Amino acid sequence: MALIKQSSPHTRGQTDTTKIMQTVILATIPGILTLTYFFGIGTFINLILASAFCLIIEASVLKVRRRPVGFFLKDYSALVTAVLLGVALPPYCPWWIIFIGSLFAIGIAKQLYGGLGYNPFNPAMVGYVVLLISFPVEMTRWPAPTSILTDSQSLPGLTDALSLVFGFASPVLLDGYTGATPLDAFKQNTGLMADNLYASQAIFREAHFAGAGWEWVNVAFLLGGLFLLYRKVFTWHAPIAMLASLGFCALIFYDGGSNTSGASPLLHWFSGATMLGAFFIITDPVSSAVSNKGRLIYGGCIGIIIYVIRQWGNYPDAVAFAVLLMNFAAPFIDYYTLPRTYGHTQSRRATDKIDTSQRR
Amino acid sequence: MTAANLQAGNPQLIATDEERTLFTIPGGVHPPENKQQSLNSPIVAAPLPGKVILPLSQHIGAPSLPIVRVGDHVLTGQLIAEGDGYVSLPVHASVSGTIVAIEEHPLPHASGLSDLCIIIESDGKDASIPMQERPDYRNQSAKSLLDIIREAGIAGMGGAGFPAAVKLNPRAGCSIEHLIINGTECEPYITADDILMQERAQDIVAGVELLSKILGEPKDVVIGIEDNKPEAIATMRETVKNTPIQVAVFPTKYPSGGEKQLIQILTGKEVPSGELPSSIGVVVQNVATAYACYRAVRYGEPFISRITTVVGEALAEQRNVEVRLGTPLSDLLTFNRVNEKKLSRLIMGGPMMGFALHSAEVPVVKTTNCLIAPTKKEMPPSPPALACIRCGLCAEACPASLLPQQLYWYARSEDHEKLESHHLFDCIECGACSFVCPSNIPLVQYYRSAKGKIKQQEIEKEKADRSRQRFEFRQERIARAEAEKEAKRKARQQAALEAKQKLAEAKAAAEQHSEATQQANSDDAITNALAKTQTKTTDPKEQQAKLERAVQSAEGRLQKASARLVESQQHTPDKNDKFAAQVKQAEVRLTDAKKKLNDFLTSTNFSTNTSGTSSTQTQEAQNEADKDKERLRLEKAINSAMNSIEKTQARLAEADDEKREKFEKQLNAAQERLQKAETKLAEFMNQLETTAAQEKLQTLQPATVDAQPEPDTPMDAASAAIARAQAKASARASMSEEEKLKEQIDGLTKRLSKAEEKLAAAIEEGSDKQEALSLGVEKLKIKLQQAQQQLEDA
Ligand code: SF4
Ligand code: SF4
Repeated sequence: MALIKQSSPHTRGQTDTTKIMQTVILATIPGILTLTYFFGIGTFINLILASAFCLIIEASVLKVRRRPVGFFLKDYSALVTAVLLGVALPPYCPWWIIFIGSLFAIGIAKQLYGGLGYNPFNPAMVGYVVLLISFPVEMTRWPAPTSILTDSQSLPGLTDALSLVFGFASPVLLDGYTGATPLDAFKQNTGLMADNLYASQAIFREAHFAGAGWEWVNVAFLLGGLFLLYRKVFTWHAPIAMLASLGFCALIFYDGGSNTSGASPLLHWFSGATMLGAFFIITDPVSSAVSNKGRLIYGGCIGIIIYVIRQWGNYPDAVAFAVLLMNFAAPFIDYYTLPRTYGHTQSRRATDKIDTSQRR
Repeated sequence: MTAANLQAGNPQLIATDEERTLFTIPGGVHPPENKQQSLNSPIVAAPLPGKVILPLSQHIGAPSLPIVRVGDHVLTGQLIAEGDGYVSLPVHASVSGTIVAIEEHPLPHASGLSDLCIIIESDGKDASIPMQERPDYRNQSAKSLLDIIREAGIAGMGGAGFPAAVKLNPRAGCSIEHLIINGTECEPYITADDILMQERAQDIVAGVELLSKILGEPKDVVIGIEDNKPEAIATMRETVKNTPIQVAVFPTKYPSGGEKQLIQILTGKEVPSGELPSSIGVVVQNVATAYACYRAVRYGEPFISRITTVVGEALAEQRNVEVRLGTPLSDLLTFNRVNEKKLSRLIMGGPMMGFALHSAEVPVVKTTNCLIAPTKKEMPPSPPALACIRCGLCAEACPASLLPQQLYWYARSEDHEKLESHHLFDCIECGACSFVCPSNIPLVQYYRSAKGKIKQQEIEKEKADRSRQRFEFRQERIARAEAEKEAKRKARQQAALEAKQKLAEAKAAAEQHSEATQQANSDDAITNALAKTQTKTTDPKEQQAKLERAVQSAEGRLQKASARLVESQQHTPDKNDKFAAQVKQAEVRLTDAKKKLNDFLTSTNFSTNTSGTSSTQTQEAQNEADKDKERLRLEKAINSAMNSIEKTQARLAEADDEKREKFEKQLNAAQERLQKAETKLAEFMNQLETTAAQEKLQTLQPATVDAQPEPDTPMDAASAAIARAQAKASARASMSEEEKLKEQIDGLTKRLSKAEEKLAAAIEEGSDKQEALSLGVEKLKIKLQQAQQQLEDA
């Protein structure tokens, strides 16, 4: 009788990492569909290219590092990074943008640091930020949502899209579909009263509570995020803290619509990458704080940084910067937010020396 | 319930169960319960095993000491091994039959460890010793009840197997307010306590009352049960009516049954890290333990059987079995009709905290509450571990509010400092973190091995510190002894020189005047000498006093020796109790030694006295005439003796070191060591003899000094007489010395022959004493030779 010798526990729960990753991908589907609805086929092309690049790069690096390729590819983490990168990049961006993004995300930010679990920075955000700094033009060329396209504009069809992506498109075509995002529009506003601004810009005029198209994209990501919360893929701490602090800052600097007012909380919540960031980026467990208290601080700080950059910085959106900045701070937060262990009167900092005699 | 509240670790009020406030614990998991399959039939008695294997270590604490021999016939319930000290338990025969072996046998242990077991072949009769019933046990004192529980061998039956009596007797100063009876049984599969509560509630409640009485009726006595046992709850509720005992029911969640967690649920208090529950006024006992205590007290039943859940899909019968301790698990599996082909592993305990066994040829022990025989499908081997994605699920599941993923991180990098600062040692190894980990990381395994490594390091460090200390002490002691020796030697040399000078002067003076006083009466000389002896009658007494002092110092040394023994035992505090008995033995032997020493000294005294009275004169004369020679000779003897003392002491110290090492390794070695110590004591006595000789010399020296002034007195008839007497006496003295030497040689030969006998015996037995004994023989031979040499010289 050959008995298995294994240490306890001998039974285990239903969750596994692969399933978690799959769930995350599943939860992006509403967002992807909404993006496609408003911005056309470009998002899909982004996703396909990003997935292909990310998996190829992951596989080759694993090969170079002499790790079992199949085993690690199966954990779906590279695919999650690809999806997040894919939805973050502007549709119809050139293929090499996606390639460079994937290279930095998987090759540098993830594998160079030792692979899954060891990366201090969120890979997708590293890829995104590198691109944003290096290729600002390509990276800010977002299409206008289909609902506000003027008569002369139309979203590219499949052939046009492919030719845009692979670089045989004429520049004329570009003007045929791009437009300012709500955050862009708000940022570029100089002197108009909010009401006037809203009236003058289609992107606000056609909107229900934030910016046309974008508000629904954010709603879709919010739904996906709530699904993940329901599935207990992560805890509520970081996303809620981020949204709360972002909303709080917006509330402070929102004066009801003068020409110096900041954007309203609703505009901040439902524009740009807010919901994507809150539920899919900052919840990346690897690069965030570990304890729940730590995650509250982590999320809260990200919300503040997002607001600061959006309001006073040079970039219209700031989720990627905020996340990377707080990735830096995560270990530091961890140091000071250890939970109080059973039988100890107070929580303690990880740096404290411990009196080993107390346990005997 | 939000995870944040849980994480904060603050107990929260979750329900008010009738009259009781309940609290929640952070974390926890809900593994599939799998309890129903073993609850379909009542408790079944397993058939009498053909053979039982009873380990001497079924509990926490010192292993029991066997009191039977191979070949003895024993009855069911008969004591076969005694508890060794306070934290230990006795073992009783669980069947009647013949002891066929007392040997190493694999234990039910994760590592497949072997240890000493008493193996009884059943005679099939199950003839029991008479059990002492105590219908009036309520009138007994707490202490005698505790003794009964201890003597019945009852260990905590839910978990680790801590002796029940020890737990029921909290340290002085801890006033117990809560007696918590653990009927939680939060592990999946196990239903032993559940079914016990369903079927034997009366005895359990009587047991709880008994425990409460022993603890001085704490104001809160509560039985805690998870809400997945409705029948047990109903029965217990019914049974505790009209008693002050409460039954508290709380939601099922693993690990609510952990001692610390249960305390938190029922009282809202936390046991401070590193302390016992009694420090916050709580005692926790398992329902099965309460039951066993009652059976032991009321019916005199020793702990020889228990209820074990035998479950798993590889079995045709899944049920609770009342089984004799020591029954091989293979018997139990056969009884439940195991399908060996389907059996994929064998787990003792529950699936969360139990351990996989290496074979079924290990016995049921006092703590065996469950045996799981799953199929591969039921408990598939765990998939390979993936990378930790720091998802934090483990931290959410941890009932101790630890950060398992950080612990895992530090355990992998062996960062022991960080591990400790992250409270690794507050991990109760419940397995909740591994259970939820999506990457299948065997977290608990990492923690266990890290704990082991840290403990090992600490032990090694302590050991190193101790031996360094010992080394330093020894160096110091040797240096001190050297210095003293040197000082003494110098003093002696000085004295000898002076004496020589004075003697030479005296001799010269005496020679000058010898002719002039030739006709002086020798009778006068003798009377003179006698008179002088009479004036010196105090001298023998003085000598006696000195010898007595020697005895005292010898006793002191003996005490020190025994103290050293005790000390060496204290280095292994967990085995203290065991050694206590041996120390006592050693003490007895030491007293013996003392007596012998006294005898020896009395005889010496006697001989000195007799020689003192019979030949005082002679001695006196001899002293005066031969003092120089004698002193030099004795000096030589003493020097060599002292050298040998030094050497022996050094050897002793070294031997001690060795011994301590052995102590830490083995108990058995203790006896051998004691024997060695005995031999050493014998050697020590030899040294004492030498000391006595030294003392003699010391008494002689003053005598010499006393004698010195005499030659300096004006030369008269008396001094001439003295000189003559000296001459005469010197002849006699030489005679008496010869006699003395002869006597000494006689004694030595006798001792030598005895020692040789002993040595021969030791060689025959192949005992460890050989070396020490042969050393002793060698020494005696040398002494004998010296003595013979002296005799020849004389
Ligand atoms: S549950 Fe497993 S994967 Fe998740 S943080 Fe803990 S150890 Fe890492
Ligand atoms: S095994 Fe230790 S670290 Fe894991 S959940 Fe239990 S107490 Fe926490």
